[in-house]
Amino acid sequence: MLNPISTAFEKAKKEKRPALLTYTVAGDSSKKQSLDILKSISKNVDILEVGVPHNTPVADGSQIQTSAYRAIKKGIKINDIFRIIKDFKKYDKSKPVILMGYYNMIYQYGENNFLNKCKISGVNGLIVVDLPWPENKNFARKCKKKTIYFIQLLSPTTTRMRLKKIIQDSHPMNYFISMLSTTGGKLKVSPKKILQNYNKIKKINPKKNTVIGFGITEKTISKLKSADGLVVGSAICKEITRSLRSRQNAVINVSKLVEKLKNKIK
Amino acid sequence: MKLKKGIPVIDQGNKLGFWGGKFGGNFVPETLKKPIEDLEILFNKLKKDKKFISERDKYFKNWIGTPTRFIKLENLTKHVGGAQIWSKVVSDANGGAHKIYNATVHCLLAKRSGKKIICGDTGAGYAGKMLSMAAKKFGLKCKIFMGAKDIKRQQPNVKAMKKNGAEVIPVYSGSQTLVDAVSECMRFWVANCDTTAMCVGSTVGPAVFVRICGWSTSQISRELKVQLINEFGSIPKKLKLYNCVGGGSSSFGFWNEFMDLDKKQCEFIGVEAGGPAKSKKHAAPLTYGSKIGILHGAAQYVNQNSDGQIEETESISAGLDYPGISPLHCFLKDVGRARYTAASDEEALKAYKLVTKYEKLRPSLEPSHAFSVAIRESKKLSKDTIVIVNSCGDAYKDKGILEKKFGKKYVKPN
Repeated sequence: MLNPISTAFEKAKKEKRPALLTYTVAGDSSKKQSLDILKSISKNVDILEVGVPHNTPVADGSQIQTSAYRAIKKGIKINDIFRIIKDFKKYDKSKPVILMGYYNMIYQYGENNFLNKCKISGVNGLIVVDLPWPENKNFARKCKKKTIYFIQLLSPTTTRMRLKKIIQDSHPMNYFISMLSTTGGKLKVSPKKILQNYNKIKKINPKKNTVIGFGITEKTISKLKSADGLVVGSAICKEITRSLRSRQNAVINVSKLVEKLKNKIK
Repeated sequence: MKLKKGIPVIDQGNKLGFWGGKFGGNFVPETLKKPIEDLEILFNKLKKDKKFISERDKYFKNWIGTPTRFIKLENLTKHVGGAQIWSKVVSDANGGAHKIYNATVHCLLAKRSGKKIICGDTGAGYAGKMLSMAAKKFGLKCKIFMGAKDIKRQQPNVKAMKKNGAEVIPVYSGSQTLVDAVSECMRFWVANCDTTAMCVGSTVGPAVFVRICGWSTSQISRELKVQLINEFGSIPKKLKLYNCVGGGSSSFGFWNEFMDLDKKQCEFIGVEAGGPAKSKKHAAPLTYGSKIGILHGAAQYVNQNSDGQIEETESISAGLDYPGISPLHCFLKDVGRARYTAASDEEALKAYKLVTKYEKLRPSLEPSHAFSVAIRESKKLSKDTIVIVNSCGDAYKDKGILEKKFGKKYVKPN
């Protein structure tokens, strides 16, 4: 069976646009609200990334940190996250879901247990921020056996030799980090330069879908349209924070924001 | 898992940087892979380079001031009435603590790699203070990340950093202590690794930082070995080396040269921070059996909940207030080379009071933890046992805390 992640890219390509990927933190600002957000944005999103909140996130900027701390404070546990995914999949079975987090959470759960739980809940892909190649080889192999994509991260600092090796080992989807930054940083490199780097990576193996993430907002998204997919995370987390502060409905506001994002890349 | 003889412990990790096959490693975002690899290549080359070593030794000698004193604590020994209690007064070093060795080496490496800025984390403020001193000495711009709670409780060191021209960046996330400062510093490096060098303040973090720090602080035991031979004619037959352990940089450096001796001849005792006696929180992952987890790029024993969230610690000593512990110490514990125990806040304070009452020595709250256990155990040891405590920091930085506890008379200025 084809992983729904690949189907989602095919669909976007047919519509001559990049796939839209969103990142929200599970349990932000509550278990129920994070599920409601997933349901409400689902129609405009091709792939949903769901963050597993961790309290020592070494690659996340302040927006995602705020969301993660909020979720942890409310007492979110890994098993709650699997339940959220399962409930979401009852609502929209075909929408691919990727879990994104830090390795310690998987390590404590046990790699095999974690993957079994992913499979049962309907998780289609994993991004593990602090498990780079080649350290991730073994775990990536385990993912493959479960038809779960292990998504490799590629960065502007990744050497050409390394890019080749990583891409050779990679599953059908990769993630290019736009610039030297934690998540949610201001785009300090021009979209043109980002696409130049991106195209170099695509040339190594054009068949692999490669998305761009980090620093993408409503303002910048349309300039990166030629990529296979674009990830927006911090901008959404920021919108949740803003909604909570102004006592507005975060579900409605995030839903509106995602609709705007979608319109920009159509 | 085995400790090999004749090979420095810092070089006993495998290809992926794991000691004993499971401690350490490089659990880092992809962006940091290249800068870490560059640093590894540079360090591996320079640590064999005679010119670099003589440059290091020149700064250690003329600027840091080596060797630091090795003294007998006659009055304390008499009072305790057991083993001979000695101290290696590492707080003699320029700046007042062992952190100066690692800071100096990192600045030398940064210079060689052409970086203009250096960033670092700090808990007690010593790592930050020393990095700010070294950065100033070597003409580098310096950024120090420090938990907001630590900024409040370690003001003398904060003032020193600012005086040296460093930018002190308060970290408000999480528990606002060392663990969050290290996270924030790593995040800063992720975003600026093209222009900036990072100095991790202890033997923690990705493997190369563990190795650089251990290599740097080993100066302590190199000196001590010579001093022991000068004093006793040879390495004593019954030797016990007590050191506090937070991240583990001073203790590793204090022990390294004696690693190959049988532990019956030379025992290593690491003292972790047990926290307030009444609190369940502590900073003693080795003593209280914490599970292996990943923190700041390395696998180690670390205080965490069942989900893998890192737990908040509590200790009167900011320098030991860290939920994890160096992979080197995890390794030394599991191979049985070192023994680890803990002292509570109250025990450390009591030891501080006792040491300062009997001796002209003013150990900071961190080594006071080690003194507490050394004094307790010395009572039961024979008179020919040589107990040495690494007094790795000076208490001036703890002025505020100590004055609150004991009144003004306990902290005299230098």
